[in-house]
Amino acid sequence: MAQTVFAPWEDSQEKPLIEFVNVTKRFGDFTAIDNLSQKIYAREFFALLGPSGCGKTTMMRMLAGFETPSEGKILLAGQDIGAVPPNKRAVNMMFQSYALFPHLSVWDNIAFGLKREGMAKDKIAARVDEMLRLTRLEKFARRKPHQISGGQRQRVALARSLAKAPKLLLLDEPLGALDKKLRQETQFELMDIQESTGTTFVIVTHDQEEAMTVASRVAVMDHGRIVQVATPDVIYEAPNSVYVADFIGDVNLISGKASTRKAAPASQSKPAPQPAKPAEPTSPSPSDERRPQPNAMGEWLHDRVLEPVLGKRDPNTPAPIVEQVTAAEPQPVSAPPEIPAGGLAITWSPDHPPLIASNASETFGGADVVLALRPEKLNISTTKPDAPNVLRGKVIDIAYLGNISTYHVQLDNGTMVKAQIANTRRVSRRQITWEDEVWLSFTTTAGVVLEQGT
Amino acid sequence: MRRALLISIPYLWLLVLFLIPFVIVFKISLSDAAIARPPYLPTLELSEGWASIKEFFAELDFENYTFLGEDPLYRLAYLSSLKIAVVSTVLTLLVGYPIAYGMARAAPEWRPTLLMLIILPFWTSFLIRVYAWKGILSTEGLLNQLLMGIGLVDAPLTILNTNTAVYIGIAYTYLPFMVLPIYSALEKMDDSLLEAAEDLGCSRLQAFWMVTMPLSRAGIFAGSFLVFIPALGEFVIPSLLGGSDTLMIGKVLYEEFFSNRDWPVASAVAVILLLILIVPIVLFQLNQQKQQEAGK
Ligand SMILES: Nc1ncnc2c1ncn2[C@@H]1O[C@H](COP(=O)(O)OP(=O)(O)OP(=O)(O)O)[C@@H](O)[C@H]1O
Ligand SMILES: [Mg+2]
Repeated sequence: MAQTVFAPWEDSQEKPLIEFVNVTKRFGDFTAIDNLSQKIYAREFFALLGPSGCGKTTMMRMLAGFETPSEGKILLAGQDIGAVPPNKRAVNMMFQSYALFPHLSVWDNIAFGLKREGMAKDKIAARVDEMLRLTRLEKFARRKPHQISGGQRQRVALARSLAKAPKLLLLDEPLGALDKKLRQETQFELMDIQESTGTTFVIVTHDQEEAMTVASRVAVMDHGRIVQVATPDVIYEAPNSVYVADFIGDVNLISGKASTRKAAPASQSKPAPQPAKPAEPTSPSPSDERRPQPNAMGEWLHDRVLEPVLGKRDPNTPAPIVEQVTAAEPQPVSAPPEIPAGGLAITWSPDHPPLIASNASETFGGADVVLALRPEKLNISTTKPDAPNVLRGKVIDIAYLGNISTYHVQLDNGTMVKAQIANTRRVSRRQITWEDEVWLSFTTTAGVVLEQGT
Repeated sequence: MRRALLISIPYLWLLVLFLIPFVIVFKISLSDAAIARPPYLPTLELSEGWASIKEFFAELDFENYTFLGEDPLYRLAYLSSLKIAVVSTVLTLLVGYPIAYGMARAAPEWRPTLLMLIILPFWTSFLIRVYAWKGILSTEGLLNQLLMGIGLVDAPLTILNTNTAVYIGIAYTYLPFMVLPIYSALEKMDDSLLEAAEDLGCSRLQAFWMVTMPLSRAGIFAGSFLVFIPALGEFVIPSLLGGSDTLMIGKVLYEEFFSNRDWPVASAVAVILLLILIVPIVLFQLNQQKQQEAGK
């Protein structure tokens, strides 16, 4: 993301434009905003994402001055704005319901705020015309709100809130009623405006793609609390909870029990033999023929490689150990050597091998965890691939989305998993189809390990 | 066929209850008063053939209208009625608007109760309520007792039998006609419009003038006409509460009709009153039509 260069939130010296300090908002005994603290910086494009009723509009209304916090305070440029009435705040809001004045024409609606400022007539006209051009409403300037379409009304509301070029602009679902093309154009328009005017935007949206496109940071809300605030890529790639992972984008959630890979510390302690491993599989195979007794090669193998795992070999009881060796042998063969040492093994189903995640903290060891896997991070193939995590299943459904297809695969234990593949080939040449036995595979860093119940 | 029948019902209603009576009244206004039964001439005798019908039409003239124009009493009565109607309408608006506003802003669960309280007086006799005002407004009445009791005035005010009493009476009687249309306009208004206005820099008061007022304009018009139109021809209230100098066309009409038994002049007075009322009635209709279109 290009915006990552702009990151005032990482600079502790930077003063926030807006600061929520332990803000709680109650309606009767219902808590709409729950002890929320958050800093928003000047020139940010701050997106609020969350399910319906989680308190997004309430946050906006507190910023605009239509609601006062029940507890805590809101600072605007360091000043507590609790007592400042809405008309004295350098904040404009685009209402979720548009709130256009039905008795005024589109033109007069847009000019409303400018006239209150006592701006000169010709300046108002110029500004309104500019806004009309921006929102492609020139043709409708003389119409009343009830004479235009829903999308056009939304654009009038947007134009009206933009007209005063406020320091802080609050947009409550500004583009929901627009078709995709116009929405994308307007998104870029908004980003342009933001860049050229330096306005700070707080935007509510239900459209994640939109949040990802425009936002410098995304805040995911749940029940009046902000669950995670981060740049769009971090929110997507490294959600901090199952809730965020599930809310943003498509995700497969696999719950299981994590264990720190016992082998890991040992192999980590001797990283040198690791590269030597590839050569080894050839040598154990001849040892198979002489299974009852370990030969010199076998002994060497045991002493150098397996001993740390299996413990010291008792030379008096060779057979069971040999069996153990053979039992252990497939491991280095089937699990390819590129599995990085360490990380977690997630036991989740008796029908499938544990899943390996190398990018998780070992503090999860022994805990109930959820492995969140984005469908596009899964690979799908008809033959068993050479990968650290492989799951076998059957294609139940294929959703063709044009540029990509989503395969709904039922694993051997019944779990449904989604995998997304780019359609680089034409549909007719697609090799995987319904009812096919397939293998899903992914790397040890593809997923994100999250604590269960978050 | 059925459709035609259905549509014809309201027209039939208008024809029988409005147009035919009006034609009769208009015809009488063109006749001459006479000591007869009915007290005017000529009367139409259809049995005596074509010649008599021709004779009948020949005897009709606009004499009574010329008379109304010449006698300043009538002109003064019309003007005074207009003035009383306008003043009472404004008074009703001043009282009714805040009431309607308060109702529209009240908690939704209170609104039906408030509405009922506004309509409640209609369930008691109109005459009794106007008489009650006599008791309130007279020199020894409740109002004067109250004002003297709290020391606002030393001597009782003469309100009864003045135009002021008529204004009060009309405003009181027609208040619901003002409150209801304004209330219905205000109730429909979305509160977020006021927030938007404030957001764009209006103070509360400015937001009221720039948003609430224009949006309730249709209600104000409707209410004002609903008060003004009947107030102009009002008869009972000026006769009970007004004084001897209260000149209203309704009273004049009554006197011409019952005291003078001059039906033709009374009819002419009525026809002119109707002509005067056509202007506000048409305006009212236009207002309603515009409102309906905007509501779509
Ligand atoms: N004036 C109010 N009185 C009582 N409850 C309210 C009021 N305003 C909001 N709420 C409640 O507060 C919660 C948060 O409302 P809010 O409008 O902020 O939701 P939202 O996140 O904007 O939802 P949406 O995405 O549907 O717009 C909701 O459960 C709502 O019912
Ligand atoms: Mg909302």
